[in-house]
Amino acid sequence: MSNSAVMTMRDSFIGTLCDRMASDDSIFFLAADLGAPALDRLRDQFPDRFINVGIAEQNLINVAAGLALEGFSVYSYAIAPFITMRAYEQVRVNLAVSSQIRPVNVTMIGLGGGVSYQVSGPTHHCLEDLAIMRLLPNMSVYSPSDPVVAAKLVDHTLTTVGPKYIRFDGKALPALHADPSAIDLKRGFAPLAQGSDICLVSTGFMSHRALKVAQARPGVAVLDLFSLKPCDEAALAQALAPYRHVVTMEEAFINNGGLDSLVTKVAREHTLSCALHPVGVSDRYVFDLGSRDQLHALNGMDDAAVVALVDRLINLTDRLRAA
Amino acid sequence: MTICYDALALKARWVRRETLRMHLLAPETRVASSLSAVEIFTALYYGGLLAHSGADPRWEGRDRLIASKGHGSISLFPILADRGYFNPAELERICQAGSFLGGIPDTIIPGYETINGSLGHGIGVACGMALGLKRKGSRSHVFVVAGDGEFCEGSMWEGVMFAAHHRLDNLTVIIDNNRLCMLDRCEKVMTVEPFDRRLEAFGWEATRVDGHDLPALHRALHALKGRGASGRPAVLVADTVKGKGVPELEQDTLCHLRTLTPAEIANAIGGAL
Repeated sequence: MSNSAVMTMRDSFIGTLCDRMASDDSIFFLAADLGAPALDRLRDQFPDRFINVGIAEQNLINVAAGLALEGFSVYSYAIAPFITMRAYEQVRVNLAVSSQIRPVNVTMIGLGGGVSYQVSGPTHHCLEDLAIMRLLPNMSVYSPSDPVVAAKLVDHTLTTVGPKYIRFDGKALPALHADPSAIDLKRGFAPLAQGSDICLVSTGFMSHRALKVAQARPGVAVLDLFSLKPCDEAALAQALAPYRHVVTMEEAFINNGGLDSLVTKVAREHTLSCALHPVGVSDRYVFDLGSRDQLHALNGMDDAAVVALVDRLINLTDRLRAA
Repeated sequence: MTICYDALALKARWVRRETLRMHLLAPETRVASSLSAVEIFTALYYGGLLAHSGADPRWEGRDRLIASKGHGSISLFPILADRGYFNPAELERICQAGSFLGGIPDTIIPGYETINGSLGHGIGVACGMALGLKRKGSRSHVFVVAGDGEFCEGSMWEGVMFAAHHRLDNLTVIIDNNRLCMLDRCEKVMTVEPFDRRLEAFGWEATRVDGHDLPALHRALHALKGRGASGRPAVLVADTVKGKGVPELEQDTLCHLRTLTPAEIANAIGGAL
């Protein structure tokens, strides 16, 4: 396994961004008192364009918006639940609303999506972000699954004007995608495993779980969906059309606007005949302590739970075929 | 700077009448908080204080003005039309279908820099602009017109701290200190004063004037804009009267949402104004 394979997504992203900052002095990096190993280099190299606003996420977004109105490309970095929810109204007004009239190139980087801060409890878990950020007009929403996609997001966010939100996992995850050139961010998703009848559509950390499930049950397909907005919905509909069952997998609340809602919309608008099965956290906060796998098990989203769901779907498909 | 204060006072009188006329055309506008800011906007736009271009609203060399108390800036509509930002005929269509002049102004109106309907955002966004202008080597100044009640919002104080820490001496905040929130006097709702001492404690330079005394207001703003590399952001506390010029409003602590009758407006325009 190479170094990049175990690097956190945020270090992969910030490392690449640091390279770009050397040749592009219009880039600012703002943080709400949150660090990263790769950020040490950035702070050291660009002390005049790295600003720690302190523990003040609302001001993080407002200052970023002001810099962006003056033509700068701004990256704002904080813990995921705080940059999205503590500052939601600033994001709404000064990024989403404002960008409909004036160019506002701000990329929000939220660290610690899902329950990746597993023992820190409900304040640090972030299960709402995909839904509430997707809800905002003019906002792009990315949920990369590995350092390869994360690094590719740097140039994409620099060249795509408008407000954007990136959810990064808090933990180092191995690479899932071997070939960076196969990642098409405008398309928004890429296959991880081929199959028939059943397709797992997963995002972020859950794409790693989806791949494990597919390895346990060969013949199950996996799509890693890393751009929830925009996403090439016609292409997604085409990719999902061959399957009887589509299982969406997200480390987020389900049935309320996240990945499952996107796939439901695509299925409805393109009259797909597949049955949809959302996997994620139901309508309750997670106070339980334990490993990430243990927290997932309690919420019906660990390997065993998804394999059991897949087995039920396989049996169902077999019975239908027999009939 | 030579300035004819009599001409400025005449202009302010015209702005006040036009503001009332806007309210007559669109009763949903917040007239009381727009009337307290008349002299502030008049001094900025007619007193040679604000570098701007009506013909080119996004001219790079302009000073930035953020109307943080957006709802209370209806008095800017006639000013912007008069200064060439848009056709004065647009004023007649205020709040009507197809108009860009809404009850709470935003960036679809030429001359407005930011979305203003929600309170507490102005200083933080202004900090980003002021910092960006400094990095570009620009000499442009950033002005924020804020309400006093707005300082109940915690986000204002996050911006206040940032501006001082980053020594943003190209930023000047003008507080339209009309002392009234929606439901009551600020001192009864939530103590926000003394602004000057509070902001000085945060590292700001502070001046206080009568916000309806145009010569005093103008001299203070002129001095603050020209303060040079002081290393400190500045605040001008402009003591004002909510509903200034209309007795029915001046005497009503609940005037924020009050809609004047056509007769009251006619009296005000035909009377002291």
